[in-house]
Amino acid sequence: MSGETQFFVELVSNGFLTGLMYSLVAVGFVLIYKSTDAINFAQGEFCMIAAIIVASTMTLYGFPLWAAVGISLIFMLGFNLGLERFVLRPMIGRPVVAIIMATIGLALMFRGLGPLVFGAETRPINLPIEQAPVIWGPFFMSQIDILGAAISVLFLAVFGWFFLKSRKGVAMRAVADSHQVSMAMGINVERYFALAWMLAGLVALLGGIVWGNAIGVDTQLAQLGLKVFPVVILGGLDSIIGCIVGGLIVGVCEAIAAGYLDPIVGGGTKDFTPYVLMILVLMIRPYGMFGKPIIERI
Amino acid sequence: MLQLNNIEVIYDNVILVLRGVSIEAPEGAITTVLGANGAGKTTMLKAISGLLRPERGDVSRGSIEFNGERIDRMLPHQIVRNGIVQVFEGRRVFEHLTAEENLIAGGHILPSAAKLKQNMELVYEYFPRLSERRDIQAGYLSGGEQQMLAVGRALMSEPNYVLLDEPSLGLAPMIVQEIFGRIQRLRDEQNVSFLLVEQNAKLALEIADAGYVMENGAIVLEGQASQLRDNADIKEFYLGMSGEDRKSFRDVKHYRRRKRWLA
Repeated sequence: MSGETQFFVELVSNGFLTGLMYSLVAVGFVLIYKSTDAINFAQGEFCMIAAIIVASTMTLYGFPLWAAVGISLIFMLGFNLGLERFVLRPMIGRPVVAIIMATIGLALMFRGLGPLVFGAETRPINLPIEQAPVIWGPFFMSQIDILGAAISVLFLAVFGWFFLKSRKGVAMRAVADSHQVSMAMGINVERYFALAWMLAGLVALLGGIVWGNAIGVDTQLAQLGLKVFPVVILGGLDSIIGCIVGGLIVGVCEAIAAGYLDPIVGGGTKDFTPYVLMILVLMIRPYGMFGKPIIERI
Repeated sequence: MLQLNNIEVIYDNVILVLRGVSIEAPEGAITTVLGANGAGKTTMLKAISGLLRPERGDVSRGSIEFNGERIDRMLPHQIVRNGIVQVFEGRRVFEHLTAEENLIAGGHILPSAAKLKQNMELVYEYFPRLSERRDIQAGYLSGGEQQMLAVGRALMSEPNYVLLDEPSLGLAPMIVQEIFGRIQRLRDEQNVSFLLVEQNAKLALEIADAGYVMENGAIVLEGQASQLRDNADIKEFYLGMSGEDRKSFRDVKHYRRRKRWLA
């Protein structure tokens, strides 16, 4: 294989793995949007907080990885439950913009509080994985990326099954469709809101660990939310499949752009490629690739 | 027995919508409430199913009793568990779910998947058309199919009472006949009781056992369906028959004057 093709294959395979890790964060947006119709701009900050807790319990207090993850999980579930109960539930029935503004406010608050409580230095999350890359035919990948991608695929599959096949998942989609009618069907709407926020907390933890391991844990991790936003819009705000496909497209395009354009323009293409893609897709399908179109009977 | 005892409903603490409504809907019967737009019929149904509060409405006086138990302070999902379910005006199916998923959502309170399956088969038996269309997104079904789906979805939770809000709205007469026929069959074969709110008085009185007439948030007339059908005022104001020959517009004033007792 020529060096040129080798380079391309490498870019694509790495982009592929990164893309799946994007999908894992993106699914957090989708979970909230699917059940409450609001966009949670604090999802990146959730990831940051979860990762900070894992990293600081490990480095400061010397907990083993599994215990640190457990503590973080319990914290995130409780934290999101409280958030839903005391901040977001009172806003049910308000314009969606108000809820979105509230999440932006929360995001900024967390970004400030995180370092205040746990310190601002960058901490590692060390997973028991070797640094040596895996070489498999023409593919050349780091083990950490493979693990991240595997976790992503597993959870995306579980969430996909949950929404499409399980009764609770169907109820959750019903809640997203209409709160009032769902109530009239005997669905406890508030409980499903709480469930959605707890799931978002779980996903944030997974995303935080995977990404914290890849790039280190500090406030920069919160940028993940913004970074992943094009993925969500690209795939459609309410589609799990959209998350996966959107993540893959963004991951691969980003890697290719960085590989070929960066040497010419001097870097930075990785950061704006997702947004260019997002705008292109929005021009053709305003609700994203897999989003639900507005049904209008004539 | 579903009973409304002199209930008063106020929206936003100021707007009085129902002013002392008393209704009895006996078990195994179709009870209809007739009335014009804005009479308060839908508000009454929402009061029963507990859906007023999210709209800032409140049952401020009187009580709603179901088999002797007060239900006017219960949450909507508790009321469904008690066996009362509402079918909304204008169908309100979950558009982005398939017909079958709509039924699954309707059977949310059922304890087991086997029960869900069983009830689904029952719904398909009553509405075979839904069975053919089960995998289609509900938003793309025809109006009649959506209404069947809305009724079928309500039946999934095995209700004792179904509150039907204008099931004939915007549907072709033949479809309406079909749906009303199924409602009668459900009453006779499954012992489901209905509280049917309608503007189409003729149709409603054909299938109902008893009826009420509501105007401006109060009940102004009640009786067995057969009595109401023969009532001279109902005939004139709701069934469009004056009994005499054709009426000229000169008599409209006379109509107004005579109707005053109702309000």
